[in-house]
Amino acid sequence: MIEIKDIYKTFGENDVLRGISAVFEPGKNNLIIGGSGSGKTTLLKCIVGLHEPTKGQVEFNGEKFTEMNFEQRVPIRKEIGMLFQNSALFDSMTVEENIIFPLNMFTDMSDSEKRERANFCLDRVNLKDKNALYPSELSGGMKKRVGIARAIVMEPKYLFVDEPNSGLDPRTSIVIDELINELTQEYKITTVIVTHDMNSVMGIGDHILFLHQGKKAWEGSNKEIAHTDNQELNDFVFASKFMQAAKEKL
Amino acid sequence: MFYTLGRYILLIRLSFRRPEKFSIYWNEVMREMVSVGIGSMGIISIISVFIGAATTIQVAFQLSSPLVPRSIAGSIARDSNILEFSPTISSLVLAGRVGSSIASQIGTMRVTEQIDALEIMGVNAPGYLIAPKIIACMLMVPLLVVFSIALALTGGYIACVLTGDVSPADYLMGVHDGFMPITIQVALVKAFIFGFLIASICAYQGFYTSGGALEVGQSATQGVVYSCVMILFADLMVTSVML
Repeated sequence: MIEIKDIYKTFGENDVLRGISAVFEPGKNNLIIGGSGSGKTTLLKCIVGLHEPTKGQVEFNGEKFTEMNFEQRVPIRKEIGMLFQNSALFDSMTVEENIIFPLNMFTDMSDSEKRERANFCLDRVNLKDKNALYPSELSGGMKKRVGIARAIVMEPKYLFVDEPNSGLDPRTSIVIDELINELTQEYKITTVIVTHDMNSVMGIGDHILFLHQGKKAWEGSNKEIAHTDNQELNDFVFASKFMQAAKEKL
Repeated sequence: MFYTLGRYILLIRLSFRRPEKFSIYWNEVMREMVSVGIGSMGIISIISVFIGAATTIQVAFQLSSPLVPRSIAGSIARDSNILEFSPTISSLVLAGRVGSSIASQIGTMRVTEQIDALEIMGVNAPGYLIAPKIIACMLMVPLLVVFSIALALTGGYIACVLTGDVSPADYLMGVHDGFMPITIQVALVKAFIFGFLIASICAYQGFYTSGGALEVGQSATQGVVYSCVMILFADLMVTSVML
């Protein structure tokens, strides 16, 4: 479980996050949604420690992450997997080397065990026999899947996903969403996804946090979202005619 | 300026924190040594031979008096190459070749979130990315400078053979006569310091890149410019202290 308490983040005189609190539970897809510039990615980076919050607390299973130094954070970081918006695969390494990298760094597994684990993860994301390819030889969807394979190779307790559907066609987006959902359910991972893709929101949004101008404007599930009277959320979710038509049918 | 200097010192300190796994870092150091050393031998060979040859011809031209023994040209060319041309010009060229590569490689990793990915995994990104490059440069630049000195002296000999301004025998006598080992020590100390400056300054520029492709290019350019200026400054300092 991840708990964020009263998170503030300021860049210069720009207040990006203003007092956000939430609890993200294991086995659930926790979605952070909001318009561009609402602070979604900044909040994600504050949770994982890429940004330090100006004020507030992040706790992983009760452990105060924000109060820890680099060395103290390493055990928690080993339990974190993250899929970046552009996958962030290491260009100089093959698919297999990318996936094995965390195992090389933090485990004493033999080469054959590491290879077996990498193959298992690649199989899990439906990417068999791509071990020897370099990231530049992969499509956007394949890169995302390799990114997921790398994120789950250390059997993480926490999975963070930044814009999993950006740059992907609708069909591939659904495949990625379903994969994340399966992994979350299967391994009871606490998954936090930053997205503004409405298919993801309606499809896998077990718990949704809506940010507006750096504040938490709404919290609920995908079942509740269609019936909310929150004006900002309605303006965001039902901005398109397609979504308005879908809402009328609900 | 003090902010930049402080951030640079902190980054270097972070780079030399205890590695997560020594064998991984050792492999990286070896890989970087091959990249810096073997990868730079071609350009270093070319510039060294030509500078050695040109220096010898110019010295011979300036010492045209019948009162000055011709072998002096060999001595002056030797000391000039050992003390100044080989360490400094080689390092300036290496700043362009190796430094820009370091800055753009790390800068690209920064803007494509690869450094964030390392940090999320719990890897000390400065240690994994910067320390092996600094160590490789501090070990390989002195070796390249020794290689450059040998080639520069060979270039001088070739110039003597081809032009006849100084006879090869006089040149060789000049190269041998009055050789002081401290000149090699000065050259190696310079090369060691220049290696550190090239890798650390360019890595710093790359590590703190923000933006996109344009900023990566700017970081590489700044890395090369700053390291060249610092090489020249360090050259003056080492020369004035050691000689």
